[in-house]
Amino acid sequence: MKALEFRRNVPRFAAARLAGSLTPGRGASVGPLRLADLEPPTAPGPDWVRVRPRLSGICGSDLATIDGRSARYFEPLVSFPFVPGHEVVGDLDDGTRMVLEPVLGCVSRNLAPTCDPCSAGHLGNCEHTTFGDLEPGIQTGSCHDTGGGWATAFSAHPSQLHPVDDSFSDESAVMVEPTACAVHAAILAGVPDGAVVTVLGAGTLGLLTIAALRTFANPRTIVATARYPSQRRLAAELGADLVVEPDDVRRAVRRATGSRAVSLAVDDGAVDRLSGGTDVVVDCVGSSASLTDALAITRPRGRIVLVGMPASVSLELTPLWHREIELVGAYTYGTETLPDGSTARTFDLAAGLVRAADLGRLVSATYPLHRYRDALEHAAAAGRRGAVKVAFDLRDEKEREALMEMSK
Amino acid sequence: MSNGHLAPRPGFVLDVDRTSPPIVFHHGEGFRLEKLPADRTRVIYPAEPLEGLTDPDGAIRSALLNPLGDSEPLPALLRPGMKLTIAFDDISLPLPPMRRPDIRQRVIEAVLDLAAEAGVDDVHLIAALAIHRRMTEDELRHAVGDRVYDAFAPSGRLYNHDAEDPDGMVVLGQTPHGEDVQFSRRAAESDLVVYVNINLVAMDGGHKSTATGLSGYTGLRHHHNVHTMLNSRSFMDRENSALHASNWRMGKVLRDADVKIFQIETTVNNNTFGREGPLSMLQKREWEWSPKDRAGFLTMQQGLKLMPAKAKRKAFSSWLAPYELTSVQAGEVEAVHEVTTANVYRQQLVPVEGQTDVLTMGLPYICPYNVNSIMNPILVMCLGLGYFFNLYRGKPLVREGGVLIMGHPTPWEFHPVHHPSYIDFFEQVLADTTDPAEIEKKWEKQFAEDEWYIHLYRTSYAYHGAHPFYMWYWGAHALQHLGRVIVVGGDTAAVRRMGFQPASTLQDALEMATDVVGPQPTITHLKNPPILMADVT
Repeated sequence: MKALEFRRNVPRFAAARLAGSLTPGRGASVGPLRLADLEPPTAPGPDWVRVRPRLSGICGSDLATIDGRSARYFEPLVSFPFVPGHEVVGDLDDGTRMVLEPVLGCVSRNLAPTCDPCSAGHLGNCEHTTFGDLEPGIQTGSCHDTGGGWATAFSAHPSQLHPVDDSFSDESAVMVEPTACAVHAAILAGVPDGAVVTVLGAGTLGLLTIAALRTFANPRTIVATARYPSQRRLAAELGADLVVEPDDVRRAVRRATGSRAVSLAVDDGAVDRLSGGTDVVVDCVGSSASLTDALAITRPRGRIVLVGMPASVSLELTPLWHREIELVGAYTYGTETLPDGSTARTFDLAAGLVRAADLGRLVSATYPLHRYRDALEHAAAAGRRGAVKVAFDLRDEKEREALMEMSK
Repeated sequence: MSNGHLAPRPGFVLDVDRTSPPIVFHHGEGFRLEKLPADRTRVIYPAEPLEGLTDPDGAIRSALLNPLGDSEPLPALLRPGMKLTIAFDDISLPLPPMRRPDIRQRVIEAVLDLAAEAGVDDVHLIAALAIHRRMTEDELRHAVGDRVYDAFAPSGRLYNHDAEDPDGMVVLGQTPHGEDVQFSRRAAESDLVVYVNINLVAMDGGHKSTATGLSGYTGLRHHHNVHTMLNSRSFMDRENSALHASNWRMGKVLRDADVKIFQIETTVNNNTFGREGPLSMLQKREWEWSPKDRAGFLTMQQGLKLMPAKAKRKAFSSWLAPYELTSVQAGEVEAVHEVTTANVYRQQLVPVEGQTDVLTMGLPYICPYNVNSIMNPILVMCLGLGYFFNLYRGKPLVREGGVLIMGHPTPWEFHPVHHPSYIDFFEQVLADTTDPAEIEKKWEKQFAEDEWYIHLYRTSYAYHGAHPFYMWYWGAHALQHLGRVIVVGGDTAAVRRMGFQPASTLQDALEMATDVVGPQPTITHLKNPPILMADVT
């Protein structure tokens, strides 16, 4: 079976970190990731099924791993070697097309009773991601036992699988998982009606978050930052009222909220921070700079939702303290409580949004597995190269058919 | 009475031939020497400086005692116990700032002398800046002189007009066109308003001095808008200017509201760069340059090449023009302004026959809104498409559908203190649209009512939030008239943001212009400053 495998290899990890810092995505060439011919996955349990990916997306968290930028926090939460890939649409052996919900919670780990978050449907908050029948791994794509989407096959628990309607293209289907992240963030943001929301970053997650905010909240204005022309166009199309360069966000939010500016020098016209500001920031970047911007533009008692995966950041937290700003993380998905009190699986909400907003169009480029270096460099430079989502296309991989034959 | 110089020569039109020397183009804080195509290019040169009055103080006193129109002499209007307000033009005039003593100082001292003789105690002096930035202490001292400043400013009787002071402004009525006439409450409640003007160009003065200078956004929006700009042909020609018609209507409302105005208007000559000195060659014709002029110019060019932008800006900002007073007249507003306009025309008007396919201009380092500041891209547009394009009487120098080529570095740079709303205008509004009417409809109100801009206007030294809009509207007539605008030597991104085409050389620009006006177009170069106004027939 053909797969991209990530092994524990400290020197190569260091090399990836160096290469990735010079050219994003270059960690794929020198790091611990390699194209390998592996044995087909063995089902970790009796209920597990085999999935043969059709499209498998490349996520920002994947790129951070490949380029050696991910936090050491994750070390006990993964098991090596693993096959990355958690944004997947694929076929079961019976030909059913499925989308993967990759979180590995208590049910897939065969743990009973399930932890409180899993019992409440909040799989992303599972307390037992290092326990049970599986090796550690918070998701498929970071767990040795399950394999991952960057391969011609992997194992999945039935609780992880959502059938795909025939009217969905593969491109639309592969967007359901990242869209679910955005839907979760948009709902978690708790945007008051008529509020001003600012979305930092217009990569895949930023764009999807804009679309989710338009659907699952009722803001008066969405301000978005976007660095590249194609991102600016898409941000506006998906619902941002005002799209600005990242450097202009403080001025833009000031204008949108009617706030005054506070400058370090008295009344010199510079906008160092705002007197009031936006009600909610959704930070889809997760860097020191974006969080500093977020703290500068959030109103007192406002909320910052951190969607972009941070590593170590250096941050002046005085405004968080002084302005009583709430900083919350938004990780994956599970079950959402809607304004009318009803509940719904995030994936179901996401599938609806993908269809309504035609989010399959955000898949900009696909690559065969053997061109993984090109794919990862493209994904790392997606904005600059006018792309949004880059994915591996496994539909024509020879091993895919061979596996099918073997299963017969 | 004259200063004894040789009789100044009027402006004229040079037909460029193969023997014509390269022409100096102003180019921000620098210059370009441009060889213009022979046999189809003409250069309009300004008149040489008129002779200045030899006794300016005597002339001022004489004007105050011998008013024009339906007005008593100033001493007859002054009495003990009265409330007197002296308003004066702000930092935007003259350009560049003039050497001491500033004309305003001379006039204000003369008025104050008469007021003191009459026993007038309640005197306020107001810089009539409308929604321009406030003047600094140094700038006020330069305008009114140290003696006046020290006598009035510490006691709060010399200050900048504040158009956003809710208690300091009053609406005195409406014109028959429904235009609100908003005015300084102090001026409205005074027994007499003396306005001290410097009429640098024909647009200045008249009822515009008070109806604009002492007004605010509520009043200004009626004449500082796209409609008036499109219906002013040009706004330098009062008789054909909707901008002025509105101000004149407002002047009548002021009169009917018993606001008594004693208008003092002055004109200066074209002695912008000095008859002698390091910049004197800039007001000479190139073929008449002496070896010393040529050496001085080349040395200056070399020096400028080596200087960083900030140093160049500082060096140019330090230049004070040796302007001389050419006329002073006082009394009733309209009668005074008739004479003033004639004196402006006497210096600046140059007869020109026929229009051109391509109009070229080299924009200097200064315009009314960047004194001691930065000429940002919006001001470049305003200077070129607003002021210079409109320096005509009759019809525009360039034909409808023609091309305007202007040279300026056009840096994507803004003074954060003076122009905060300009930064946002450039980043947000122009990124959305460059159409003046669309901009006015969609964006003006939001900027004009923005509390932060108002705060900075009132407490710092910022232009009002509505001001960048007015700058853009100033070019509306040109934008409607022209087939293309090309900027030579400008920051490419900044030029494109404004909807113009960038070119690195004048030759490239002329080549690009042929796409619009065809091959071998006629070219006219407006050689300005010193200031000229084309009388196009």
